Amino acid sequence: MNLKRIRAISNKEFIQIRRDPRSLGLALGIPIILLLIFGYGLSLDIDHVPMIVWNQDASSVTTRDFLLNFKNSKYFRIVRYTDNYRDIERMIDRGQVMLALIIPKDFSHYLESGKTAPLQLLVDGSDSNTATIAMGYVRAVVSQYNINLLSKTLADYGLNPPQAIDARPRLWFNMAFTSRWFIIPGVLSMIMMIIAALLTSLTVAREWERGTMEQLVSTPVKAPELIVGKFIPYFIIGFFDLFIGVLMARFLFGVPFRGSYFLLVILSAFFLTGALSQGILISTVARTQLLASQMAVLTTFIPTMLLSGFIYPIFNMPQAVQAITYLIPARYYIVILRGLFLKGSDMSTLWDEAVFLLLFALIMFTIAVRKFKKRVA
Amino acid sequence: MFERMQAILIKEFKQVLRDPRMKTVLFISPLLQVILFGYAANRDINYIPTAIYDRDNTKESRELLRSFTYSKYFIPKFYIYSDAEQNRVLDKGYASVVIRIDRGFGRNLNAGKDAQVQMAYDGTDSNTAMVVMGYANTVIGSFQEEILKQKAYATGRITAIANVQLRDRAWFNGNLISRNYYLPGVIASIVTIMSLLLTAMAIVREKEIGTMEQLIVSPLKPLELIIGKLMPFAVIALCQAVLITILGVFWFHIPFRGSLLLLLLSTCVYLFTTLGAGLFISTVSATQQEAMMSVFLFYNPVFLLSGFAYPIQNMPQIIQYLTIFNPLRYYLVIIRGIFLKGVGMDVLWPQLLPLVVMGLATIIMSSLRFRKRLG
Repeated sequence: MNLKRIRAISNKEFIQIRRDPRSLGLALGIPIILLLIFGYGLSLDIDHVPMIVWNQDASSVTTRDFLLNFKNSKYFRIVRYTDNYRDIERMIDRGQVMLALIIPKDFSHYLESGKTAPLQLLVDGSDSNTATIAMGYVRAVVSQYNINLLSKTLADYGLNPPQAIDARPRLWFNMAFTSRWFIIPGVLSMIMMIIAALLTSLTVAREWERGTMEQLVSTPVKAPELIVGKFIPYFIIGFFDLFIGVLMARFLFGVPFRGSYFLLVILSAFFLTGALSQGILISTVARTQLLASQMAVLTTFIPTMLLSGFIYPIFNMPQAVQAITYLIPARYYIVILRGLFLKGSDMSTLWDEAVFLLLFALIMFTIAVRKFKKRVA
Repeated sequence: MFERMQAILIKEFKQVLRDPRMKTVLFISPLLQVILFGYAANRDINYIPTAIYDRDNTKESRELLRSFTYSKYFIPKFYIYSDAEQNRVLDKGYASVVIRIDRGFGRNLNAGKDAQVQMAYDGTDSNTAMVVMGYANTVIGSFQEEILKQKAYATGRITAIANVQLRDRAWFNGNLISRNYYLPGVIASIVTIMSLLLTAMAIVREKEIGTMEQLIVSPLKPLELIIGKLMPFAVIALCQAVLITILGVFWFHIPFRGSLLLLLLSTCVYLFTTLGAGLFISTVSATQQEAMMSVFLFYNPVFLLSGFAYPIQNMPQIIQYLTIFNPLRYYLVIIRGIFLKGVGMDVLWPQLLPLVVMGLATIIMSSLRFRKRLG
């Protein structure tokens, strides 16, 4: 490889990027917008679940006391009290409430005579995740209510003070218990992937489409030089995006950074090299930008969104799909980012991820160079 | 007029489908996404890797642990004996939760004192942690109830114990399978990205290569040109929507309770907004790279703030108001309503109406802009 020739190519690429300031602006603007949306707009933390209540036993004090548990909880928001089933059906159909609580007529009567009182809960299960969590909240309220009833009965009979099991939850790594801490590192890896792979996926195809590839090929530039030269500018853009992202995460969103910045830079360089090589490979194979863009979305954007553990926990996936996730570089990069941000991990826990990223980068680069040579020849 | 329309349509279809790899991609893309969403995009937590750290090791502590492992959710993966191991399983993310019972648990429980269980959750994914915590609290709650009941019955004097029994039932998605919620949404995600990206890039490509001039000097009217350019992508997007529906219903057994006709109709209406946006992007972009980045700039907020993965009701108020202008938001409600709830026009018209308005507005504005550019 000849440094001078690489410089020439990357200079050319720089000029091309500069001539298209809007693309450059977008490459820097998209990360900021994504981070803002994820940081401020999105939350998987569920509270104030909208609820409709039909208290058929409204005259009793018992049921009103029971409902206080829901009214005073930040997890529920009682939108409406009703006295018919039609309202419930309509509001759930339209998605205005998620839960419907129906207290039957003899609720208090059963409880006062020491029997089991049924309580009906209807849940809009379309969004199963939110529904599961909301149902968990209701179960917790009911369970606590039962325990209080039991304790009271025992006390009435003069038995020794009721025991309690005190479940002390401790949240590791995420004391604030906000999904933002979890999401932001994931967003960073998605941004890097989009910027790196999508941007570069068009660069070689563009040369083919415009017919400038023949000119490049006829120069003394060799394939690896051309590829390295092409991705240097994008490498710099990628790092600049990472820099903005880390700054925003730290200072705007208050996500802690507990690891080492040195490691962040090194491991990000591995990841970027892999992603850029993948972009160039796509571009070489596709030859037209339209096809390249589709292939890039398909092979980089979608797997990064779905298979990296960014949104959907990997341990939940079926074994076969879990096996595929091992081939997705973002999977490792996300572990690294979360480790560095939240857990303060060092090389001793992250080395296997690092090795994989390095391997991925080397393999992708080699394949890209090979394919490119073949294409040209 | 008809002849010219026919000519341009044939040309456009040929151009899009000429490359056999393009055909493959257009076909594989929805296929892959359906499979991924069907198998991988799963937020249902049925399997919680658990580490057990029992320092008490009494009958009582074992009983509590048994009620955890008997619930089908907590799978004991590790039995650990030291704090260092506890750190390791959480650091590496091997276990989502460590149940730690300290010495004195059994003794305290029998003596009628407060007995402690320490639950250490891996909080990196707060949503998963929240679900796991809910399950754990349910287990501990019923264990506690059981112990109190035993105690009450043991006295021989208490025979009637008042309690509330919760009977919950989930509508529309009885087994609470998140696949049923996400898969219909894939139609929306594919239709959106395809129509946006393909439209914007295909038009800019003609500009870039210089063939746009040739089209302009042909006798084609601007409107015919626009229809000719947009039609193939609309047809492709509709085919993909049907393909996804077929796969979802027959392979993944997603319930389809509404009308297919309404689904197609609303997809057409929705396509007006995305094709219009694609056309608009093509008028402001000089290169395909720029067009692609612009599409992503447009697509990401629209997609993320639509309620696809993140419920709108959890967003801050201001952003909730912003989503009023998001066409995807309405389209998703329509799709899910048709699939899961089986509702029709009578319930869905408040969603369809804004879609029609937005669709017409975007397509008319973009067409005008496109015409001006041509002239």
